[in-house]
Amino acid sequence: MHSNQIKLIGIGLITGFINGIFGSGGGMIIVPALVFLMDVEEHKAHATAISIILPLSIISTFLYLKEDMIQFNIVLNIALGGVIGSLIGAKFLKKIPAHILRKIFGGIIILTAIRMMLR
Amino acid sequence: MKLFVIGLLSGIISGMGIGGGSILIPSLVLFANLVQQQAQSINLIVFIPVAIAALIVHIKEKNIIFKFTKWIVLGGIAGAILGSIVAIRINPDTLRKFFSFFLFFIGLYELKKKDR
Repeated sequence: MHSNQIKLIGIGLITGFINGIFGSGGGMIIVPALVFLMDVEEHKAHATAISIILPLSIISTFLYLKEDMIQFNIVLNIALGGVIGSLIGAKFLKKIPAHILRKIFGGIIILTAIRMMLR
Repeated sequence: MKLFVIGLLSGIISGMGIGGGSILIPSLVLFANLVQQQAQSINLIVFIPVAIAALIVHIKEKNIIFKFTKWIVLGGIAGAILGSIVAIRINPDTLRKFFSFFLFFIGLYELKKKDR
């Protein structure tokens, strides 16, 4: 086995673990790993990340749902809002510069994290 | 209605290309009083249809490097099983604290990230 394949399997282990334990965040691991360790262009890294996180999320979903059933109407409401929201978001994306967006987002996330720690 | 609005807002954020889960999970925990594991499982479920739609577009545009996908998924399956089992077994408040730390570092990373 080549060292590259071992590296890729290792990246997968960490990505899967994070995505499984937090039910999110796989992309935060896999995209920088592909860009900085494997020299992949950013837009291809994002696309490749989805092809990896989708099967991993399906596995995690099964394991989560086996344990704790979620009411279907809760999921339906959120999914409906989510689909409409992501269409709106995709339109806005072109109007606000990415670096400003990222600063606002980073700030909100840090405040949210502190709020969650204190809850 | 509250749930619909939470979904809408996190959808807008993720449509802009930044992590939807980092908004959706905290909103469900803080405003809809779900326990951490429930919020996380909802994020996983909602991600699936959105990801399938995105994947179809990316396959057509040949953006995916499949020779990387297969090896990463191989390691990823083991990681996903392990991570999910830990999440299911752990106390919700402990998991929420771990999640908050992770979220905090994501926030720092986004603030420091250089535009390329």
